[in-house]
Amino acid sequence: MIEALLQALINGVIAGTILAVPALGFTAIFAVLNYPNFAIGALATVGAYAGWVGNTALGLPMVAALALAFAATAVAGLVVQWAAVKPLESAGALMMAIASLAAGLVLENALRFGFGNDLRGYDLPLLRDWRFGEFRVGPQQVQNFALALAAMGLLWAFLRYSRTGRAMRAVADNRDLALLRGVDPARVAAVTVAVGAGLAGMGGMLVGLDTSVDPLVGTRLVLSIFAAAVLGGLGSIPGAVAGAIAIGVAEEVAVLAFNPAYRLVVGFVVILAVLTLRPAGLFGARAS
Amino acid sequence: MVSYIVFLLVVAGIYALLAQSLCLAWGVTGLVNLGLAGFFAIGAYASATLTKWGGAPVPVGLLAAMLAGAVAGFVVCVSTLRLRDDYLAIVTLGFAEAVRVVASNEIWLTGGTDGISGIPAGLPRDWGQGFHLAALGIVTAILGLVWLALRRLVASPWGRALRAVREDQIVAAVAGKRVTRLKAEAFAIAAAIAALAGALYGHYTSYIAPEIFQPLITIYVFLAVTAGGNGRPTGAAIGAYLLIAFLEATRFAAEVLPGVSAVQAAALREASVGVALILLLRLRPRGLFPELSQKAPA
Repeated sequence: MIEALLQALINGVIAGTILAVPALGFTAIFAVLNYPNFAIGALATVGAYAGWVGNTALGLPMVAALALAFAATAVAGLVVQWAAVKPLESAGALMMAIASLAAGLVLENALRFGFGNDLRGYDLPLLRDWRFGEFRVGPQQVQNFALALAAMGLLWAFLRYSRTGRAMRAVADNRDLALLRGVDPARVAAVTVAVGAGLAGMGGMLVGLDTSVDPLVGTRLVLSIFAAAVLGGLGSIPGAVAGAIAIGVAEEVAVLAFNPAYRLVVGFVVILAVLTLRPAGLFGARAS
Repeated sequence: MVSYIVFLLVVAGIYALLAQSLCLAWGVTGLVNLGLAGFFAIGAYASATLTKWGGAPVPVGLLAAMLAGAVAGFVVCVSTLRLRDDYLAIVTLGFAEAVRVVASNEIWLTGGTDGISGIPAGLPRDWGQGFHLAALGIVTAILGLVWLALRRLVASPWGRALRAVREDQIVAAVAGKRVTRLKAEAFAIAAAIAALAGALYGHYTSYIAPEIFQPLITIYVFLAVTAGGNGRPTGAAIGAYLLIAFLEATRFAAEVLPGVSAVQAAALREASVGVALILLLRLRPRGLFPELSQKAPA
């Protein structure tokens, strides 16, 4: 029993680290543009397909396919932003959220139109799991974990050291003050959407590597992404990482105790509990 | 052909009820309910299980569905009402998914993914065309009652308070309105209306299953309400009939497109719903029947 729990812990940390990538994208867009982007699931699906095309049709190595997933989803995110969301800026966060939901529906069906409903698998070598005593870890799992960590490292360096990254944090922190200091809000918004969507796309590809790709692969992640972001505190970057790892572990442990299908409900229960007990989440500052 | 149109009118009436629900929550009170499909499902399951396995008469099932919807609505909304409005959107979106997962897995109660068939209608199904016409009469009458009640509520002091909450919560609170309580009341009543729609759907079609209660239903209703005008019960109801006409038109249009597979045609139809919603929000956000500004009572 203890072994099963520890195995679930290992799997949960790996799954949570991968989940952190799209959760960071969602929370970054919320922090800077101040609305929840409900196209995040469809954007993750875009990345999963882009990476799949790069991997199977173009024969790219994994890192290059991941870069392609980032780039393709960044473009898709910008299209969603400019075509659907931005015109409603003056109507408020809720209208922007509804428009992003509709745009996600369009994206999902554009992919369905192009690729059909069939499950697509990445071209991966079959590898035996590594065993450490009682525990097992798949080499592919470890590679995905490492790629997710690398993506987060790059994001951290970007936010910490680049001028644009610092401007993004400034706008998230205090919009008026940042504008006063001469930050260009339109540029910061565009970069945030591109990076946030790109992260969602990388997350979608990493999940696709682990399972398979179909038009709903990203949509199935949405509840976990929301739960990670809300648990960490909507708009908080470190919160999204901590929240995602906690959700990853909680989902794996829940599978031990309940019907595996209830994995999906874990996210919803966590969201309700956090909002009832501590709406600002672990690291968030503002909720009301 | 006639029976096809009667069937569409019944379905449109059920969507019009969903539209009444969204009109109250979103249009009047400003609470976005992205889990409409979940409340629709709760009502359908509550009434179906009670009438089929509990042997309750259909009207009792309908009332129980509304009660279940109101309770679910209260539970879902209560944790978010003091927070920014977008938290409610996130919670309701999650709620609809959670309902589908539970409905797929609690086989003892819901029949799992096989669903529940043979749900009693309260009318003999062997009337043929007469059954469908009677159902149309009942659904339309219930829609009419809900519409009348909602119109009165919206025009009442309670409705004015809801609109005040929608426009500016702080001002409403300063004016002595109990903002959280008003929001909870409006959301729970709206959820009960959505559940009533679900119950009617189950009794009419005799079959419900988790796959029927897709999140797409929620987007359909947003499209209907946005088209008709989200602040007025009349606009929302008319929007629902327009929605059904639009969906049927895309069905025929997708069939005549050359060189498009069935999956592609379905994808085009769903995408067209998203595109229509984006365009409406942008070009005509107040709908065909915009809310009239009311004079302050003297």
